[in-house]
Amino acid sequence: MPETTVLNSVHRALGARMVDFGGWDMPISYGSQIEEHHAVRGDAGMFDVSHMTVVDLRGAGVRTFLRHLLANSVDKLGVPGKALYSCMLDARGGVIDDLIVYFLEDNYFRLVVNAATRDKDLEWIRENASPFHVAVEHHPELAMIAVQGPNARSKAASVLPAALRERSLALKPFSAAREGTLFVARTGYTGEDGFEITLPGSEAAAFWRQLQDAGIRPCGLGARDTLRLEAGMNLYGQDMDDRTTPFEAGLAWTVSLDEGRDFIGRSALEAQRRHGVPRQMIGLVLDEKGVLRHGQVVHTALGVGEVLSGTFSPTLGKGIAFARVPAGDPGAVSVEIRGKAVPVRVVKPPFVRNGRPCAGILTPMQG
Amino acid sequence: MSEIPGDLKFLKSHEWARLEDGGVVRVGISDHAQGQLGDLVYVELPAVGDVVQSGNACAVVESVKAASDIYSPVSGTVVEVNEILADKPETINEDAYGEGWIFAVKMANPKDMEALLDPDAYAELLEEEDAH
Repeated sequence: MPETTVLNSVHRALGARMVDFGGWDMPISYGSQIEEHHAVRGDAGMFDVSHMTVVDLRGAGVRTFLRHLLANSVDKLGVPGKALYSCMLDARGGVIDDLIVYFLEDNYFRLVVNAATRDKDLEWIRENASPFHVAVEHHPELAMIAVQGPNARSKAASVLPAALRERSLALKPFSAAREGTLFVARTGYTGEDGFEITLPGSEAAAFWRQLQDAGIRPCGLGARDTLRLEAGMNLYGQDMDDRTTPFEAGLAWTVSLDEGRDFIGRSALEAQRRHGVPRQMIGLVLDEKGVLRHGQVVHTALGVGEVLSGTFSPTLGKGIAFARVPAGDPGAVSVEIRGKAVPVRVVKPPFVRNGRPCAGILTPMQG
Repeated sequence: MSEIPGDLKFLKSHEWARLEDGGVVRVGISDHAQGQLGDLVYVELPAVGDVVQSGNACAVVESVKAASDIYSPVSGTVVEVNEILADKPETINEDAYGEGWIFAVKMANPKDMEALLDPDAYAELLEEEDAH
């Protein structure tokens, strides 16, 4: 039996098409996935992301522990409420998961990790936390709703309790406010402004309806996938896993090789950098008709690679993808679609930000 | 579920066939199929003049989610293709049994139509699929 979120019956009542998503019964769309995508780019949409795993870490040693656990440096988190995106690596530098870490109090941090990796993540975190005497609390009773889009914050704020309304609207990107069990973060996975709101599961269905009444459109995981890929954001399991390092997954920007910090995987990453990172992740745009898809073979001047995340971009009206290919200048690149080599353009993601195609995505940059 | 027009015949793989004057068979995908695929974004059409065999792939429809081969329900020669789909593939989502037709074949063997499912048999097939 697949797992369900507390909003499962709400999705079904809305007529959602449900699919198995990493062991969870989740809505892929409520109607047209493309219309849901455009709703987020142009107005406001919301996603049930209650399958995500919330892990609270408490203890005097929690910051020291996270300096050891994460490839990005929690030393960047100076003010309570600030958030950071990071990979959690194994000793070989392979990505166990990607996550967001929130600094809440000196002795209290929160992690939000992926659903499909929950069990191995919790095991890894607990195992590594014990020498630091950090308590690891998993919170499956919490629900999470992401509201995203240019109008998402103002629409959502209208249904937040008064105590959080002003503070939520005043949040800077990548920071959070909380009041009791309600937690509002200005984060997301779509390339648009918005909130990710964590609340007790028992309150989620009523809150969802209030958000809908405020004019926020329910959107499924189908739109979430096209939005995040346009935004140039990786999906764990498809774009990286424990057989890839962050350097091979376009995530070098999330690795902090700061002086004297001995995080798990650091020596492997440094060795890889010394010897030369063998593979790289690139962005692709298909100007011809068709759709780039996971698993398609990519031909470059330096050898073959494969499409990781690939889809049709509703904003661009073209196929877009991430691909992993040999390191170096790939030269002219083509993708095999149904036995035919189709030329593609190599671009630097993101493809879309804040509703607009990024420079060089629709047409080559003038050089 | 939308009404299945009574003048259609079906393949198990969800293509419909409508026999018109002069032994021409118009072909599309069922409303059920377009719903399963979701928003269509690209259709690869056969060329007029192509010779097609019943049960062989001769077109491709791609949605955001997946690519799907379209099999010809009958053997013959392609006499018409729905050019509208090149720019508006979503026409299939909007009107699968009408404006969203994909190609038309001049049948080589009229008996091909007899091998196809009638609307009741197709509706039964969908019910069985739903039960799984």
